[in-house]
Amino acid sequence: MSATDLILHEEEFRKVVGLGERLRHDANARYVALIDRNGQPIASSGELPDVDKTALASLVAGNVAATETLAKMVGEQSFSSLYHEGEKDHLHMSAVGPIGILVVLFDERSSLGLVRLRVRQMTPDLEDVFNEMVERSRSAENPELEEFGAAMAEITDEDIDSLFGDRI
Amino acid sequence: MPFINYAAREITCKLVYYGPGLCGKTTNLQWIYENTQKEAKGKMVTLATEAERTLFFDLLPLSLGTIRGFAARFQLYTVPGQIFYDASRKLILKGADGVAFVADSQAARHEANLESLRNLQQNLAENSIDFQTIPYVLQLNKRDLPTAMPAEEMIAALRTRNEAVFEAVAVNGTGVVETLKSMVKQSLARLRSGTPA
Ligand SMILES: Nc1nc2c(ncn2[C@@H]2O[C@H](COP(=O)(O)OP(=O)(O)OP(=O)(O)O)[C@@H](O)[C@H]2O)c(=O)[nH]1
Ligand SMILES: [Mg+2]
Repeated sequence: MSATDLILHEEEFRKVVGLGERLRHDANARYVALIDRNGQPIASSGELPDVDKTALASLVAGNVAATETLAKMVGEQSFSSLYHEGEKDHLHMSAVGPIGILVVLFDERSSLGLVRLRVRQMTPDLEDVFNEMVERSRSAENPELEEFGAAMAEITDEDIDSLFGDRI
Repeated sequence: MPFINYAAREITCKLVYYGPGLCGKTTNLQWIYENTQKEAKGKMVTLATEAERTLFFDLLPLSLGTIRGFAARFQLYTVPGQIFYDASRKLILKGADGVAFVADSQAARHEANLESLRNLQQNLAENSIDFQTIPYVLQLNKRDLPTAMPAEEMIAALRTRNEAVFEAVAVNGTGVVETLKSMVKQSLARLRSGTPA
């Protein structure tokens, strides 16, 4: 297992989802998502029909990565937040520690000021859960993972074929 | 870094198609997209120029079957091959769990292949990813063209770590699934605990 593998357990997942729900409620937002810097969706709250959540996460991560690189290029330390103002819907993206990104989508029922305030209030809690997650991913005692990893090590061509099935 | 979600019993791996401009990276993804059942694929995201050159990345999310009780998901990315998009390539490689190097078989693109392979090694290093151990395959694409170099010559020049090699014609799907399967297998097998990054 590499040092950067991210493993999300039930407990932390519930916490993240709970925090996301609360933030969405407190900020009057339409949709809240926590993703990692590589664009993996981790948890979300709120409905966003017709929007592909994986695509959204990858574009946010790409956007943040590009902005951060740009910031470094011109001598700024790092990325803290990004805001996109649309006609109806607005998108607020902010850093959660070194590996997370918080995305908040809101409309006229909320405001940038309120979203900023709630995001700032919630970020330390989210960071804590993230740190727990990273700690646990790194800790050697992970019997569940040992077992899973051992099973994966014996993966065969037949396993892969059945994974693909007639899907592709 | 494979992302393992125990709560949802899902595992997600990021697989990146790398290679020189116009070698056929986007075409690999397009063929997979067009030939994958609806339930198994997400929306394909393409950030391209007017001329259909990749500007930032393409992304195709796939949800395949389950393995050892976990739903296996893959995010296929392509990088922009044009030399001046190097900063973007570096960003996309971040956190990659597997790489397919797509080489263009046309003799005129031989130098470009070599240059792109060097660039891959450098960008992996800058992302602290070890080129020697990351799941990796070599695809020789555009085998259909009359100007294609002999495969043995390409292998001698481009095969660097005894990786699997697939001859391909991405426009008609030849070798496309084989390339993907090889990356999938290697990246899952690597989940074994104790494997260094
Ligand atoms: N003859 C032939 N043409 C191919 C093959 N694969 C791709 N092409 C063509 O090559 C051109 C470039 O393909 P792309 O997939 O866009 O190339 P790319 O690697 O994504 O290029 P960049 O985005 O600029 O890095 C397109 O016109 C494809 O149709 C192949 O196997 N044979
Ligand atoms: Mg492309």
